[in-house]
Parts: sequence; C-alpha cells; structure tokens
Amino acid sequence: MPKYIRLAAEGAAWADDRFTAVPDEESLPPGDVIVSLKRFLAEGDALQAEGREVGVRIAASEEIEDLAYDLPRLPVVTVVCPKFSDGRAYTTASLLRERYGYKGEVRAVGDVLREQAGFMVRCGFDAFEPADGSTPEQWTQATRRFRHVYQRAADHRPPAFEERQAQDKAAEAAEVKSHAV
Amino acid sequence: MYRYDALDKEFLADRVSEFRHQVTRRLAGEITEDQFKPLRLMNGLYLQLHAYMLRIAIPYGTLNPAQLRKLAEVARTYDKGYGHFTTRTNLQFHWIKLRDAPDILASLAEVDLHAIQTSGNCIRNTTADPYAGATAEELDDPRVWAEVIRQWSTLHPEFSFLPRKFKIAVTASVKDRTAARTHDIGLALRRGRDGALGFEVMVGGGLGRSPHIGSTIREHLPAGRLLSYLQAILRVYNRHGRRDNKFKARVKILVASLGAEEFGRQVEAEWAQIDPASADLPDTELARIRGFFAPAGFEVLPAVSAKLEAAKAADPALARFLRNNVHPHKASGYAIVDIALKTPGETPGDATAEQMETVADLAERYSQGEARVTHEQNLVLPHVRLDDLPAVHEALKAVGLASANANLISDIIACPGLDYCALANARAIPIAQHIAQRFADQDVAEDIGELKIKISGCINACGHHHVGHIGILGVDKKGEEFYQLTLGGSGAEDAEVGKILGPAIHASRVTDAIDDLVAVYLRERQPGERFLDTYRRTGIAPFKEAVYAEVH
Ligand code: SF4
Repeated sequence: MPKYIRLAAEGAAWADDRFTAVPDEESLPPGDVIVSLKRFLAEGDALQAEGREVGVRIAASEEIEDLAYDLPRLPVVTVVCPKFSDGRAYTTASLLRERYGYKGEVRAVGDVLREQAGFMVRCGFDAFEPADGSTPEQWTQATRRFRHVYQRAADHRPPAFEERQAQDKAAEAAEVKSHAV
Repeated sequence: MYRYDALDKEFLADRVSEFRHQVTRRLAGEITEDQFKPLRLMNGLYLQLHAYMLRIAIPYGTLNPAQLRKLAEVARTYDKGYGHFTTRTNLQFHWIKLRDAPDILASLAEVDLHAIQTSGNCIRNTTADPYAGATAEELDDPRVWAEVIRQWSTLHPEFSFLPRKFKIAVTASVKDRTAARTHDIGLALRRGRDGALGFEVMVGGGLGRSPHIGSTIREHLPAGRLLSYLQAILRVYNRHGRRDNKFKARVKILVASLGAEEFGRQVEAEWAQIDPASADLPDTELARIRGFFAPAGFEVLPAVSAKLEAAKAADPALARFLRNNVHPHKASGYAIVDIALKTPGETPGDATAEQMETVADLAERYSQGEARVTHEQNLVLPHVRLDDLPAVHEALKAVGLASANANLISDIIACPGLDYCALANARAIPIAQHIAQRFADQDVAEDIGELKIKISGCINACGHHHVGHIGILGVDKKGEEFYQLTLGGSGAEDAEVGKILGPAIHASRVTDAIDDLVAVYLRERQPGERFLDTYRRTGIAPFKEAVYAEVH
C-alpha cells in the first residue's frame, strides 16, 4: 500500500494510504477513491451509495465554496499545489478549516516541499505527499523550527500577543501570591 | 520606538539558526543552487553582478543608535565600508560572501534587525511617514499601525506565496511622504464624521512596467478592523491574482482588470465572512504596541532660539541648511532635520560606516535616540532642539552629510542600475552624479526650488521614475545606454504617473536635456509655482520643444 506523511500530536509519521487517487481519464477501481471535484459533483452520490469512501481533489484554480455542502461526508480533501510558489492552496486549506470547520483530512499533493511545512501545518494541512523525498522526521523538525508565531491561524497555536497576555497574567498571579505570603 | 521583547528575540534567533542550517547544507553541496535560491531569497540574499547582495529590513524606516552602529560594523567587517539606503527604506550591502551571511544575520539580530521578507512574493517591509511622531500634521502615529502590520505579516502562513510581492504604506498626514498611492495598499488615517479614527484604503498602486495610481476602495475603515480587512484584500488577491505571467501578477493588474469597484465589492464580501474576534488584533495588544510610541517628553521651549538665530546670521551655509533641510516640529523649540544622502558627485543613498556612526551619535545626543530613513533615500533626525541645530550641522558637515539640498534638483533618487544590478539596461548612478554636479551651485538650485528627479536603470522602476517631476528611465538601444524622460509625475498626495516626453536620448545628452527643461520652467513659471505646477499649467509642449528642437 502506498504511504504518505500524516501529522499527529506527537509528530509526523508514515501512514498507509487506503485511497486510490483516480485521474479523470481513468475508470474507477474498486475501493475507496479520491476523485476530482468535477467527477465528484457528477458521480459522488452514486459512488457513496455503493458504500465506498470518496475523497475530493481540489485544483489550485477551483473554489472550495463549490464543495461546501458536501464536506461533512468527505473523509479527505486533497489540495493540489502545481508549483511550490503557488500559494492558493494555503487559502483553500484555511477556508476549509476556519470557515467550514472541516474536520477530515486535508492533504497536500503536487510540488510539496519540506520548506513549506511550517506554513502548511499552520493553514490546517495535516497530510502530505512530499515531492522532495523528505521524511516524517524532517517534517516534524520543520514544523517545530519556530517557538513563536505572530498570527492566529487554523492550527490554533497561540500567537505572540496571546502568549504575552498569558505571561502578564502569570506574572500578576505570582505577584499576588508573593504579597499574600 | 518599538522594543523587541523576549518573544520577538526568540523568533529572530530561530530564524537565524534555520538559515545557518540551510547555508551549511548549500556549502556542503547537499542542495543545489536551484533548491537554495528560494531559501536565500526568503532571507534577503540576492546574487548580483559581482557578489551577493543582502537586503536588510528597516521596519517603517525607524532606526536607533545601536542599530545604526551595528550596520556600520557590518559594513566594515563584511562589506567595503558602506551601505546603500533604498527607496523602500531598506539597507543593502552589495559585496557579501555567502559563507558570511549567517554570521551577519546573527550579528544584526543582536540589535533586532533582520532580512525577513525583504524579497520573495510576500508582504514586504511596511513604509510609514518618516516624520511620524514629530510632525504636527498627523492625526495619529502611523508607526503603531506599521508595527501591527509588521507582526501580523511576519511569516504569515496564508500569504507567503502570493502571485507577486506586496507592499503597504501607512500615512497619517495630509501631506503624503510615503507615496501611499504607489503601494499595493496605501492606508491613510482619517477621522470620520463622528470623529472616529479610520483608514482610507487605497489598493492597486504600483510602478514597474505598468504604473498605476492606487484607487480608494473604502473611505473609512474603522481603525480596529484593519487586520481583518487586510486579510480580505490579500485573500482575494491570493486567489485571483494572475500567476501565469510575472509581469501581470501584481495586485494593480487585478484591480485594473476587475475595476476598483468590483475588486472592492469582492473584498467587502470576503470581509463580511471573516470573524472579527479571531482576525482583528485585541485592544490590549494594540495598547501595548501604542505604548512604545508614546510621545517622547519634549521640554517646554520658546519657539525661537536666540542661539540659533545668532549662528544663522553668522553662517550662510547653516542658514541655507535651515532653509532647505529643517522642518517644523509639533513641539515648540524643536525641529525635524533631513539629512540628504545626496552629496553631488556621490552615489544617492550610499552611506559610509563613519557617516552611519555619526548619525547614530547625533540621534543619541540630540534626537531622543531616533533616526529615520525616507523613501527618497535620505535620513531624518526627527526631534532636534533648535538650540542644537548648529552643533548638528557642524557634525554633519564634518562627515560630508550637510548637503543643503533636500527636495531640490540635486536631491535625486536613483536605483543601483547597471553598476550593481543584474537586471539593469543602463547606469543610473553616474547620470545622477552628473546632473547633481551640473546643478551644484546652491543659489541656482534654490532658485529652481522643489524638483524631484528620479532615475531607474530599467523598467522595474526601483528608482520610481514614473513619479518623478522629471523621471529618467534607462533603456538599451543596440547595446548603448539611452534614457527616456517623463514629466509631471508625483508620488505625493497629488499622485500621478509622468508622461513620456519623446524618444529616448543618448546618455551624453541627458544632463543638457535637464538643463533645457529647467530653462523652460524658469522662463514660464508664475510666482509661487514649482516645476510641477508650471508643467501642469502649460502642458508638455514647451518642454518637448526645448529638448527636441536641436535634434530636428
Ligand atoms: S530599476 Fe531595474 S536596474 Fe534599477 S535596481 Fe530595479 S531592477 Fe535593477
């Protein structure tokens, strides 16, 4: 079974890919599949009625809004990065997580490089098919490179301004305590 | 000014160690130049004609003495003893070795300086009014908002791979010293009818090969909603900006093709869906940042300094410096001082290590520890007591920084051009030097008055030639350096793109052509008119005739 990198609380790890990604021009194999948005909109209901799990592949130019109503029944959405410098995938992932509250897997495919790991994880990607042969260890490392972040994002890491507030509160509490003694 | 706390410092330290790791991998041959290029560019390191160039961000153009001294130290240790201030208020070192870059960045981090987002298709260093906190004209301190934007945009996960680079300017005065309408987003602080503070939001300005003046898409955005609105603009741009053609990828092209109204509508529609509670900065953090920019304690001083008046009467050079380079301050008895990095014959924007150190000393001693960089490649001491002006002038003179030509014909903006830049068609610096020398006579220059000449070595327009009162653009004609002149541009509140005067002229004729243009102005001008005003009244015809008459 093919493998891909899956993110978990304790770090990234290899995972078995039970889905077959099917290009539009190919006929569908049995089992769980990932199909294009176009194919999903045409055949999705029928496929799911067969009892299989169906994921959707979103091209960089496609709008995630078109998938809004179907998201609750999708186990995975793969977002295509045609080139690492094409940043549309980041908005797609952010919208999936933040606007639509999507809880399934959001997988990055295409020109996915470990140098983007930090940005991708922050936007809500939790699965990766890297194009540079990088390993889960390298992904884990790459996502932990910065101790602080400056803005709220889909990963819910507290930004610097929240850390500062928490520090202030802790300092105040310590002060109150020291006065009490 | 803003001071880094432990969090900001740790962030920077992480960035430096990340880059050190990447450089080590490159030097060991573990990654190719192709793979390394995007990584070094994210740290402001370019490969130029002769060496690496390192571009250091100077957030909203504000420097403290320790930072200036550090820049001087880097100039001495790793470069040829000088640095170049750019039209984006950054500082460039042009003679850097790759293996030194991590050490340089580590050393800069000691004084909270870095090169993050000084290149690449991301949100670049934000521009703010260089007179912020010192001019009486402003409604609010624009640096507060520029700092808010700096933090928000730093390694922004969603907006680090935009279609193209993205520049933001913030101004709070009627007189616009940031060229806001030539930025991707220009923000002008305004009071609403109810007195509430808000931003006029202008989008889609930019120079380069298709110059555009930004359009207002919102007259009054409540100030506290700034970040969510920026997010909406960036999101529309990130999704719909063109990615098929680098030359059509800036937001100005998207705004022009949709129309400002439709672009604004899409932004508002996106904005309406963003949750303010998660996207806007909490008031507590805004207050924390604002605290750093609290007005400095100014002494209560008389509006006229007897000491200064006496010195002025005795020294015509000082009097001239006061006329041209010194501007009113909001506090009585203080002044704002422009330091022109434009000594005729020198490279516009260059400063030696010694000059940087002198400015650091002056800032420390006389300007409440602050210096600024302007987009016109000059420096500013924002808070100088009138009593101290003679001493400041003397000290500047001693290091060749007392040119009394701010805003005059010899205060020329020029990009590095063919002397350094791999993209250039023609040289810019020697043209600037030649013109400045022709008009070195200060009486003549003062008689001509405000005249902004801006020179770019190629169509990328880093020298902002489109918005020069006179713009000069280097073009290549069969291997020879030719220059196209434009007239009537402005980057200020009356922003406009200049019009092409006629066919490009040979390098050897440029200075004479400027002479001709000035002669027409002196002949045609009416009392009180600047060059730009006369041009706007008479139109281009008399100027064109003067320059091209001899050719026919
Ligand atoms: S305008 Fe052209 S020549 Fe000048 S610095 Fe920019 S890219 Fe280089």
